[in-house]
Amino acid sequence: MTNTTRRLMRGVGLLCAAVLGTTACGGSGGDDSGGEVSASDVRAALEKGGSITVWAWEPTLEQVAADFEEKYPKVDVELVNAGTGNDHYTALQNAMSAGSGVPDVAQIEYFALGQFALTESVHDLAAFGADEFDGTFSPGPWNAVRASGGVHALPMDSGPMALFYNKDVFDEHGVEVPTTWDEYVDAARALHEADPDVYIANDTGDPGLATSLIWQAGGRPYRTDGTDVTIDFTDEGTTAYTGTWQKLLDEDLLAPVTSWSDEWYQGLSDGTIATLAAGAWMPANFESGVPKGSGSWRVAPLPQWKEGASDSAENGGSGLALPTAGENRELAYAFARYATTGDGVRARVDAGAFPATTEELESEEFLGTEFDYFGGQKANEIFAESSANVSDGWSYLPYQVYANSVFNDTVGKAYVSDEPLAEGLKAWQRSCVEYGREQGFTVNE
Amino acid sequence: MSAPAPTLSTTRSTPDGRARSAARLRAPRRRRHSADRPRRSVTLTLLTGLVLLYSLVPLVWLIVSATKTQEGLFGSFGLWFDGDFALWENITRTLTYDGGVFVRWLFNTLLYVVLGAGGATFLAVLGGYGLAKFDFPGRRAVLAVVIGAVAVPGTALAVPTFLMFSGLGLTNTPWAVIVPSLISPFGLYLMWVFTSEAVPTELLEAARIDGAGEARTFFRVALPLLGPGIVTVSLFTMVATWNNYFLPLIMIKDPDWYPLTLGLDAWNSQASTAGGEAIFDLVITGSLLTIVPLIAAFLLLQRYWQSGLAAGSVKE
Repeated sequence: MTNTTRRLMRGVGLLCAAVLGTTACGGSGGDDSGGEVSASDVRAALEKGGSITVWAWEPTLEQVAADFEEKYPKVDVELVNAGTGNDHYTALQNAMSAGSGVPDVAQIEYFALGQFALTESVHDLAAFGADEFDGTFSPGPWNAVRASGGVHALPMDSGPMALFYNKDVFDEHGVEVPTTWDEYVDAARALHEADPDVYIANDTGDPGLATSLIWQAGGRPYRTDGTDVTIDFTDEGTTAYTGTWQKLLDEDLLAPVTSWSDEWYQGLSDGTIATLAAGAWMPANFESGVPKGSGSWRVAPLPQWKEGASDSAENGGSGLALPTAGENRELAYAFARYATTGDGVRARVDAGAFPATTEELESEEFLGTEFDYFGGQKANEIFAESSANVSDGWSYLPYQVYANSVFNDTVGKAYVSDEPLAEGLKAWQRSCVEYGREQGFTVNE
Repeated sequence: MSAPAPTLSTTRSTPDGRARSAARLRAPRRRRHSADRPRRSVTLTLLTGLVLLYSLVPLVWLIVSATKTQEGLFGSFGLWFDGDFALWENITRTLTYDGGVFVRWLFNTLLYVVLGAGGATFLAVLGGYGLAKFDFPGRRAVLAVVIGAVAVPGTALAVPTFLMFSGLGLTNTPWAVIVPSLISPFGLYLMWVFTSEAVPTELLEAARIDGAGEARTFFRVALPLLGPGIVTVSLFTMVATWNNYFLPLIMIKDPDWYPLTLGLDAWNSQASTAGGEAIFDLVITGSLLTIVPLIAAFLLLQRYWQSGLAAGSVKE
């Protein structure tokens, strides 16, 4: 009988995850003993050895895993790429619901961490002594992993935003690189007029970009306090974003190309997409996906909403979390700690990752790195400055994975019809409020 | 082409057999007609030409694209070759990328096909023979179940199957892909119909009278007559297993056990993440390499895909 019930519960959990592509079905955490893990426990585990499974798609971790195994010969790290982004979260959620095959360490993006933290599906690393890293990481990522109280992951990378632009295209048409979003709209007009094939950017509705720009503009649409959630897309920052983006939409100044599609890579290659506002992780993607653009692209600070300001926001970035249903948490913690601080970070930076640790962000070597791809520019100076200027107080929804999955059904309408962007955001808000209430959150508008 | 006439009697009622025999029957007649009147239907020729083009264009695109570098993929016309011919280099890189994981996926797919599709064919032949040649209570009920099973899409069964295998502790192992692949209701149905037509009951009775046991009768008398049906069913199950995506997707998380379909998808989605490496050129070359064995299987098995061995063996 208990067996049947348990299977039924698993079934319900799985269906929730499989059908909705998300969680928040209630706390189905594993057998969390909840005890503290001390530094000597971790040392003992490393001496004893064993094996851990790490689910991550971040390619630089391969080197880290190899280094870690070399340093601790008795430990075996199995690095599994179980999919990227949403595929990864669905798989992770399914494994947690099924109670089997849960990894010991999982890469989780900051926007998705809330739902795992809230359902207690990941360990609170404060009990492992992770508080010692206060000050080790730059404020953006450190706040992100502490958003729901406790420390729910160790920050692996961060995505302070910058404006990537195709210098050749700007030079060819004699257009200045914009420093404010108003200038950005003017530049968009000038470029598109000079060559109708050229668009200043592509956008078909990207929740990550929209929330990041609202963040930069000072908007704080989400406020979360435990299961108490407020969603409000009418504050001043949000209005600044919709006002400007509406101009770009109304005048058809954005290329109707979805990011990360092959068309997008093509547009970045052939100069028809002239700028890209993205996180500091983008250089690696440029090098592998847009080889032809080498030498043409440059990095500039993100345009400002108010002239003379220097606000920035994060876009992307992820941490390493320890699922409660995973085994061998001492070794798992040791690996996460190694990969996110100390030698692991240096190996990852050498392989092209953008760090979340202040030590690396402030080091001369890091700041002085010249990017051949960007014509020898010291791009890290811009990224590091952006990282220091990320405005605080931002939080995501505890079910942001779901919210992002319905962005195109709601806000997307503004991109393909006459519906105003602000109306689209209202529809998104309604949809998120409704879902949150169904899941048992107290949601205020 | 073999002589068309004697094939008719044995394959009358298999769906494929009927179409094929009809085509064979018609072929000489049309030739005779066109000899008499050399006027051909222009509309029909154009229409079939269009369909041919429609089905070949993706293949041509794939072959042409596999010869390009990633740069060339974005910079040149899709249906024609780029300046530098990178096919061999692409193939080498596909086979060696990430420690040669593609080769591992190829072996996994072969394993799933040999055990899964092979087992499915074997079970379908046994079941089809039993249902066609033995009379037992409940045969009609089995027929209803089989027809019903044909109608249920595999996708609908995926989640229940996952839960079952998860309960058995078999997820994330090759068995989770092989065991569900063993069941092919359509294959069973096909073998059933084929056996009842291709193996004359009189022949089995003759064998029994001569003193052959049931096993001997099946393996020595019936099985040789079932060749074309077996090839048909094995081709169906092989293609289904080779192309299977959804079942391994939910069952297998360990890339070491991915089949090619999942592996290529994983490579493709690398392009859509921060920090991931875009490898469109390898995805395309990998896709081409993935379909080559299927095309080879079709070409090789085609000559076995004929019927009529037992034609005229008994008087009807």
